[in-house]
Amino acid sequence: MRIGVLAVQGAFAEHIATLATIGVEGVEVRLPSDLEDVSGLILPGGESTAQRRLIDRWGLREPILELARAGVPLFGTCAGMILLAGGITDGDPTVLPLLDIDVRRNAFGRQLDSFETELAVPMLGDRPVHAVFIRAPIVERVGPGVDVLARLDDGRIVAVRERNVVATAFHPELAGETRFHRLIATMAAEHDDPGEGSGRRPHPTRRTGMAR
Amino acid sequence: MTVETSTWATKKGLAQMLKGGVIMDVVTAEHAKIAEDAGAVAVMALERVPADIRAAGGVARMSDPAMIQSIMDAVTIPVMAKARIGHFVEAQILEALGVDYIDESEVLTPADERNHIDKHAFKVPFVCGCRDLGEALRRISEGAAMIRTKGEAGTGNVVEAVHQLRDVLAEIRRLQGMREDELFVAAKELQAPYDLVRDVAVSGRLPVVNFVAGGISTPADAALVMQLGAEGVFVGSGIFKSEDPARMANAIVQATTHFDDPKILADVSRGLGAPMRGIAMEQLPESDRLAIRGW
Repeated sequence: MRIGVLAVQGAFAEHIATLATIGVEGVEVRLPSDLEDVSGLILPGGESTAQRRLIDRWGLREPILELARAGVPLFGTCAGMILLAGGITDGDPTVLPLLDIDVRRNAFGRQLDSFETELAVPMLGDRPVHAVFIRAPIVERVGPGVDVLARLDDGRIVAVRERNVVATAFHPELAGETRFHRLIATMAAEHDDPGEGSGRRPHPTRRTGMAR
Repeated sequence: MTVETSTWATKKGLAQMLKGGVIMDVVTAEHAKIAEDAGAVAVMALERVPADIRAAGGVARMSDPAMIQSIMDAVTIPVMAKARIGHFVEAQILEALGVDYIDESEVLTPADERNHIDKHAFKVPFVCGCRDLGEALRRISEGAAMIRTKGEAGTGNVVEAVHQLRDVLAEIRRLQGMREDELFVAAKELQAPYDLVRDVAVSGRLPVVNFVAGGISTPADAALVMQLGAEGVFVGSGIFKSEDPARMANAIVQATTHFDDPKILADVSRGLGAPMRGIAMEQLPESDRLAIRGW
């Protein structure tokens, strides 16, 4: 299984290194042809405005949306969350509006307001996540189909999941945190081979419609 | 829940977010918008680009805070600004303004010929120039959270940038091949702290992000240093001293992303108009070289 990491700009090497620590191959994605055969896609931190321009210039928008519609799991961190948001409060154009959320860019202020903290993410178990926020966005609105995965003490939302799309305002890849990547790898493996547990019993030689 | 700001991870982390990107020198809010629209990951706010600093002569200082503020107000990408080497009060002023990164820069006239700024004392992260590995590690030990090779600013000539980047990376490879007991002497020779030298020998890379600066003026220049191992580029005079800055800026951004794809490089290099004129190193007297500033 290979997981793509959008590599037009940003901290993509850190995600590939994190995937390597859990035994998953990460591949750099700069062009639509790089998306062939990926079982999942990570959108890394970086500058969302620069990433947006590069995504559009090289025609990555439609192929990524198509991938997501086919059920391939996507995971965005920081700028990646902004790319995945259905709305951006300052009116910046949306890019891959797959999450029914509104985000505010640079919501905490400038670099001097960047911070680290311990964050409870119940879905990942009792051990808190060490979260690094760098000129980070926050989620200001979530739609009814969106699960909130984590909030700051003041209630502001910083991690969400909607179906096959997960996004965090912080950077697990900068703190040696692997559980989000394990989650995506598991979702990707399930998508590749959904198994036969859900009541459906296709003939073993006729697994049509499933990406392998 | 404890919240800690200005930690090593957040300082170094912002530079990690800039990787694979282009940081552009801008002198007005209008330039900053052009840079942002072209896909810059950050801008360096300064009063004159290095080519003009060279031409003007005299003492080059920190820019007017009003001008830096106008650029901070104009764009949403990070804004960096330059302080003179050793001028910790200029750095304090830049921190008070709330810039996102301070460049302790040889492009400005040094304020201290022995000491650099104690960068650990600041909440805002610093980027510093280097010509070799020893200089890079000395700056990191003083607290720099990002390194750039200096090149030779304002010349439009990439030769020094290439030379210095190759030197830094070759020295790293040399350390990797050393026995544990040889690293003590290596640290002495590099005039750098042993712990950092050992860290580089083990990891095979600098402990912070490493960009290239000084002399990049075409998409091919940017791709050249990226292929050699840079993690991103600073472009100073190369953009706003070219014939068509917006197109040149955009082309350099594309080339930095697709640095390893000659077909795309050929495509983005087409019809850009004249790059900045440039200066051959032989025509540049020793006294006019900026890279030798810093110790």
